[in-house]
Amino acid sequence: MWILLLLPYIGLLWVPFYNFEEPALFGFPFFYWYQLAWVPISSLLIWLVYRSRTPDAAP
Amino acid sequence: MADQIDWIALAVFLFFFILVTVMGFFAARWKAGPVNEHLDEWGLGGRQFGTWITWFLVGGDFYTAYTVIAVPALVYAVGAYGFFALPYTIIVYPFVFAVMPILWKVAHANGHVTAADVVLGAHGSRGLELAVAITGMIATMPYIALQLIGMGVVIKAMGLTGELPIVAAFIILALYTYSSGLRAPALIAFVKDIMIYIVVLVAVVVVPARLGGYGAVFAAAGEAFAAKGGATGLTLKPAQMLPYATLALGSALAAFMYPHTLTGIFASKSADTIRKNAVLLPAYTLLLGLIALLGYMAYAANIKVTSNNDVVPTLFKALFPSWFAGFSFSAIAIGALVPAAVMSIGAANLFTRNVWKSYVNPDISHAGEASVAKVASLVVKVGALAFILFLPTQYALDLQLLGGLWILQTLPALVFGLFTRWFRAEGLLLGWAAGILWGSWTAWSNGLKPLASITLGGANYVFYVGLGALILNVVVAAVATVIVARISPRRAVAAS
Repeated sequence: MWILLLLPYIGLLWVPFYNFEEPALFGFPFFYWYQLAWVPISSLLIWLVYRSRTPDAAP
Repeated sequence: MADQIDWIALAVFLFFFILVTVMGFFAARWKAGPVNEHLDEWGLGGRQFGTWITWFLVGGDFYTAYTVIAVPALVYAVGAYGFFALPYTIIVYPFVFAVMPILWKVAHANGHVTAADVVLGAHGSRGLELAVAITGMIATMPYIALQLIGMGVVIKAMGLTGELPIVAAFIILALYTYSSGLRAPALIAFVKDIMIYIVVLVAVVVVPARLGGYGAVFAAAGEAFAAKGGATGLTLKPAQMLPYATLALGSALAAFMYPHTLTGIFASKSADTIRKNAVLLPAYTLLLGLIALLGYMAYAANIKVTSNNDVVPTLFKALFPSWFAGFSFSAIAIGALVPAAVMSIGAANLFTRNVWKSYVNPDISHAGEASVAKVASLVVKVGALAFILFLPTQYALDLQLLGGLWILQTLPALVFGLFTRWFRAEGLLLGWAAGILWGSWTAWSNGLKPLASITLGGANYVFYVGLGALILNVVVAAVATVIVARISPRRAVAAS
């Protein structure tokens, strides 16, 4: 599961993958809505990893 | 026209400013503990902040007032390139999730208050401790100064001139930080963050509606950049891609090495608090992405400014009624107070624990630590204020840029020790020095631009100098560790 944490790095640091204007969404060029979309996606990925790990022992 | 005092905006602004001032002084009693008796109380708010308080506090001091001013200003000036703040503030959270709970556990188990405490505990090296402490203090100073600049921009937008308003605001801030410690910015962060959310949500709905929708906003910006030419545009030029990605990665790795962000981590109640926040804090990143778009909205609204930093206040004044402009400006100004307070507390904690206790008075009591830190926080703030009043603004910007590169060089010493004991303190210290020297020299010789270039196989690569310095840092640390391990196979026993 921890491998999921690497996805945002791949998706956002490989810039040629999203450096164009089309297709636009709600007036946002691709470059912008693609990166904004990674915000909830990253949250979700971190949450999935959080759920899958064994909880800390009670203090 | 800009010099006319806007009384309605000013009245709204003063109302909120006075509100948070009262809150700041009363914060000492909030979740009360013996603020003057222990540095854990004054400097970490009693190490008891749960998920929501931490969310507001870290959100409040990581996404600073200066961000609200400077990110749209950069986007206004250059377009897509200014957006690197968005990937930066996304990829920071997987890192926070993986690393910071471990750091918290180590700090909690050993009573560590600062990054340098953790480094001393892990490596038993006074030299490395001092290196990390001094880097943290020096990197923080210009950052506080930038918050003052952010506050100055909105105060000027309301028509108040001169330096007196900033001095007054800062003295008030210094006083309640002195008396309440971390509880003050934590409490004020609630107000600040809710205000900023309101402002941004209104701006991203109302402004495009008045300007013809987001399609029109992007089109206006695209036309402006086409006319402007150069390295600007709605997408990146091929030569900007590597700088964009490396700036995002380097900034993300540096972000939670700063004393103010780490203070938020150490003040959390549990490791799980931090994990939950890694899931929840990206909400602020969404906000930041929308704030960045204000830079494009300025084109659609035909805003003309002489200084790029005036883009956001000028846009708000042009499109909002006075009272809401005043509300927005107070959100930004209060947004400057929270990080400035946490930064001064973080720096004061470093000074107290890793300079004063380590070198001046090793037998200091807990109450003594708290009082040294309180005075140190005043000194730090006065220093930042003097910086802004007596030196050109550009110095603060340049130093802030160098500060990011410097603080990044503390990562191996702080983070590697959490996962492995392989590295030797001597190696880490040498790597730190190599990274700082090479990085500063490179940035300096490029006219204080954060980019370095390297030619490999005939191709020229341009990248963020801080990341290059970090790689050099790690390589030097590893090589030196191998050499030291050959010379003296038995390491010095870690003092803890």
